[in-house]
Amino acid sequence: MTPSARPLSPHLQVYRFQLTMALSIIHRITGVGLSLGSVLLVALLLSLAAGPEAYRVVHDFCASWFGMLLLFGWSWALCYHMCNGIRHLAWDIGWGFEIPRVYLSGWLAVGASLLLTALIWGCVLARGGAA
Amino acid sequence: MSAVELRTPLKRARGLGSAKDGTHHFIIERLTALALVPLSLWAIYLALSLMHADYAGARAVVHQPFNAICLAAFVLALFWHMQLGLQVVIEDYVHLRWLEITSQIGVKFACFAGALASVLAIVRIALG
Repeated sequence: MTPSARPLSPHLQVYRFQLTMALSIIHRITGVGLSLGSVLLVALLLSLAAGPEAYRVVHDFCASWFGMLLLFGWSWALCYHMCNGIRHLAWDIGWGFEIPRVYLSGWLAVGASLLLTALIWGCVLARGGAA
Repeated sequence: MSAVELRTPLKRARGLGSAKDGTHHFIIERLTALALVPLSLWAIYLALSLMHADYAGARAVVHQPFNAICLAAFVLALFWHMQLGLQVVIEDYVHLRWLEITSQIGVKFACFAGALASVLAIVRIALG
């Protein structure tokens, strides 16, 4: 393929910031972040199969401040990726392409992800926190 | 006429077009996404319920057939969806050919290993 002098689509530097582009980028970032987080899921399952000593190591890591920080981030990333993913599934069946609806569903996805994350961590706190 | 020019245009075009499995990729990505909505919510619920469980308690929960099956379905859908998603991210942003190929292979191997390790762990707990 030889490079041509045809005009290119707008680069990010000249692209006006919009909610839709931000949500799209965040969807990808959370997807990649959740992929990294799956390592902890595998570690948890393997340790549960291996025995009490291994499980304690993973459990203590999760209950440490750093582990809790990661879990907090991943819980929001999961909620956001799921809520925005449902938005994508709606688009896939042809629903909600009108611009006002795109913005409404975008804000709904953000709000629902925050609400779900708050619910999860509300449960954690209500049951006495970690450890 | 040189030997190169004797080759037909078809010969030169072959192997350079679409792999013809883009639609399948699209559909599987959506199907796994659809499955992951209830499975993730259930996994969050399970994680919260296991928060204060000791080792024996946590193992007993995963030992139950319903939980073991749902957990296995969750990790399978998760790693399949993950591979499809990361594949697109790599296709879009990694333009060094050798790095693109090696990361695609690496992601496939890692996702397969993750799914396999998780399912085997679940089976060990479910049958143990």
